[in-house]
Amino acid sequence: MGPGLFCDHCSGFVLLRLRNIPLPALAVAAVVLMGTALALIFFYAPIDADQGLSQKIFYIHVPIALTAYACFAWGAWKAFLHLWKRPPGADLESYVAIHQGVIFGALTLLTGSIWARISWGHWWAWSSNQLVTFLILFLFYSAYFMLRYSVEPGPARANMCAVYALFGVVLIPVSWLSIRIANDYIHPTVFTTNGPQMSGSMFLAFCVSWAALLTLAGTMYRVELAGKRLDSRLRELRELLA
Amino acid sequence: MSASEKYVAAAYLVVFVAVLAWIAIIAAKLARLERDASELTELARRRAEHADEREKVSV
Repeated sequence: MGPGLFCDHCSGFVLLRLRNIPLPALAVAAVVLMGTALALIFFYAPIDADQGLSQKIFYIHVPIALTAYACFAWGAWKAFLHLWKRPPGADLESYVAIHQGVIFGALTLLTGSIWARISWGHWWAWSSNQLVTFLILFLFYSAYFMLRYSVEPGPARANMCAVYALFGVVLIPVSWLSIRIANDYIHPTVFTTNGPQMSGSMFLAFCVSWAALLTLAGTMYRVELAGKRLDSRLRELRELLA
Repeated sequence: MSASEKYVAAAYLVVFVAVLAWIAIIAAKLARLERDASELTELARRRAEHADEREKVSV
């Protein structure tokens, strides 16, 4: 196994260490994957026989939702590490991941509403468990920022935010499984126990789109984290020079 | 343009605009950090000059 394939804090899991990939390479990969995904979505994947052209929203809406889940899970993992091993910077990493999750969560709700309008005839359906549980997840993590900015910075705030982030992660499987558990007939279920319910070319376009959005989220995470770290170092320097 | 085309374009446009807005916010933040860094460099330079002057006086 090559260096960098095992995470420092989670030996046993094969995780590619994001920080080992140079940021410009990650940004270029995001742009290339985005272009490839758009080409596959509009020129390669066939038009759905049932929904027609509006089904193309699926290729952006579902990967964005899955990326939001991944960001929240990453934020919760960093929060867990903060409480467990106390590595420096885990609290900031958890905060930035949750911030990315909220951005992608808002985009999930927006693209989902647009898709709902053309498919179901209305922007929102309170009867859909998938929609409501995702909204709860989104609002829960939006409230994370209220907690964070209402407490003075320090170890107490970091601990409180970490516990809050960990509680929220429970909502991810609830949101994911809600349509399967409650027989939600409104929101379509594409991934079943029999595999993805779509053709090979559609699945390829979906996978490339998801890879593109994950890479974009990774790039945004790294850029925002670098900005936050620089800000904190400059503040420290200002205090030293004062 | 059909209704489906309009909604598909709107969904993709929302994502594109969100990414652009994020870039604009990060660019503004970067400009602020650059200003802060120049201010601190200037402060450190003045401190160093002041320390040199005090050294000369004491000699």
